[in-house]
Amino acid sequence: MTGPAVIETRDLNVYLEEHHILENINISIASGEMAGIIGPNGAGKTTLMRVLLGLVRATAGQVKIFGRTPEMLGGMRDEIGYIPQRPVFHRHFPVSTLDVVLMGMVTPTSLGRPFSRLQREKARDSLEMVGLWDLEAKPFTELSGGQQQRAFLARALCREPRLLLLDEPNAGLDLPAQSRFFTLLGELQQSHNLTVVMVSHDLTLIARYAHKLICINRTMHVHGSPAEVLNSPHLEKAYRCEFDVLFGSRERG
Amino acid sequence: MEMLAYSFMQRAFLAVLMVGLLCSVLSFFVVLNKLSFMGAGISHAVLGGLAIGVLLGVNPLYTGGAFAVLIALLVGYISKHSKIGTDTVTGIFFVTGMALGITLISFKEGYYPELFSLLFGNVLAVSAADLRFLGVVMALVLLFIFLFFKELLTISFDEELARASGLPVTPLYLGLLVSVALTVVISVLVVGVNLAAALLVIPAATGFKLSRNYRVMLLLAVAVGLISGLGGLVISYNFNTPSGAAIVLCAAAIFFLSLLRSTAVRICSALFSAKKTADAFPAAKEKVKKPGRQ
Ligand SMILES: Nc1ncnc2c1ncn2[C@@H]1O[C@H](COP(=O)(O)OP(=O)(O)OP(=O)(O)O)[C@@H](O)[C@H]1O
Ligand SMILES: [Mg+2]
Repeated sequence: MTGPAVIETRDLNVYLEEHHILENINISIASGEMAGIIGPNGAGKTTLMRVLLGLVRATAGQVKIFGRTPEMLGGMRDEIGYIPQRPVFHRHFPVSTLDVVLMGMVTPTSLGRPFSRLQREKARDSLEMVGLWDLEAKPFTELSGGQQQRAFLARALCREPRLLLLDEPNAGLDLPAQSRFFTLLGELQQSHNLTVVMVSHDLTLIARYAHKLICINRTMHVHGSPAEVLNSPHLEKAYRCEFDVLFGSRERG
Repeated sequence: MEMLAYSFMQRAFLAVLMVGLLCSVLSFFVVLNKLSFMGAGISHAVLGGLAIGVLLGVNPLYTGGAFAVLIALLVGYISKHSKIGTDTVTGIFFVTGMALGITLISFKEGYYPELFSLLFGNVLAVSAADLRFLGVVMALVLLFIFLFFKELLTISFDEELARASGLPVTPLYLGLLVSVALTVVISVLVVGVNLAAALLVIPAATGFKLSRNYRVMLLLAVAVGLISGLGGLVISYNFNTPSGAAIVLCAAAIFFLSLLRSTAVRICSALFSAKKTADAFPAAKEKVKKPGRQ
């Protein structure tokens, strides 16, 4: 089920205001793969996502998405669904759930044109996929945190992407909601052959669903299957703490 | 309506309607993007540009308009490319422009009435040329908002997503700032430098209080803008008070009524649910009846 590389970086280096944020990152994520990006706070995970999206420029090295540099993606940008980390919006932002999902359709292609009937249908379909079809008219700010995250997933899905970039999409969800979220994502990924890159702090959960884990803390520490990564001594180096505390023991894998 | 017999009154009505419509549509984005301080800043700073027009003997609207657009672009640019926050930049332009305006206008002999009408507006003195300018600005700004409404809404909600989707976020945001600047200038005609920012906030704030749906909100905001404009004009005509202040007071009155209504709704629903709790748990009745006491 895995195909050619959708994402590839070679010796990627990023400086932001003279700070070395990312150092020699080499990753390769194949089509249809689900990759988890892990690492402590401030490790550069969000920055890596923003580099992939072309929102931050690589200072040195190469980045290829669908075989192109992020700046040259052009219309292929529409094939990437993105959930940013913690969006900040007005507390009473007056939009419905469906309105929020429709924002996933707002791209340069449709600049200055109203939503088409087809776009509205697709938005409703993706609300249905995430199990929120009955809440489409509800004010978005009145949804629970978990429902809002699912709406964001629907927003990322409605443009029918080939690649999903999710930055801590499961933050703030309770345990059942987290595993529901991952299960849903796994199903969608299977049925649509999506490539998924997800940043998460929940190592246990992401290890269960991801094909591959990438652990970074400025530089890349490990890159491999969940079993390899979680059992690697490099993980402790990346997090600068003993992992036995987190996992109890290391029988997982 | 014998007041409409005068042509200056007809122009005043037209001006008030156009300004009311434009301000209320724009106030929607001003409130969502927390730009109300920028509105106040630009409207005061614009006194500098208006004074240049007065001194040069050209329509102050033209110089004021150019000045306001320049300031909006500068504020947008500086707050993006330096560590100084938007509020600080706005605050500096706010006082600098105002001081410049007061100084410049004092070079003109007998400047007091001129300054007074710039500060507090004089809708009865609106000329046909002013109206034309107003019409052009209104058409341009409304066209911009109409064309890019969904993009502007998306940017206001989640700028990061908008950038990732490849939307031209910076040009659109600057376009919004320029729209605010132009709208501020034309509302100076009606309510003056001091009160112009009121019309950029109150209509949407009222809509916000009453609805969670932006379509309804926009309609409510426009209604507030138009009703307070017309109401203020009628009141100022009949009671011979300054029209700008009357318009703003009307808008504020509607806002406080909406506040009262939403508070009333909240109190009623609180009482209702308290009663339900009390019925369900008779033992809790005492506490419900005397909130605040242990
Ligand atoms: N625009 C910026 N300018 C300068 N430094 C930045 C900028 N954005 C992020 N940084 C720095 O880059 C580093 C990595 O930040 P990033 O947001 O990528 O971390 P993260 O791994 O996503 O952390 P978290 O788990 O907290 O989300 C941090 O030290 C941060 O201070
Ligand atoms: Mg992050």
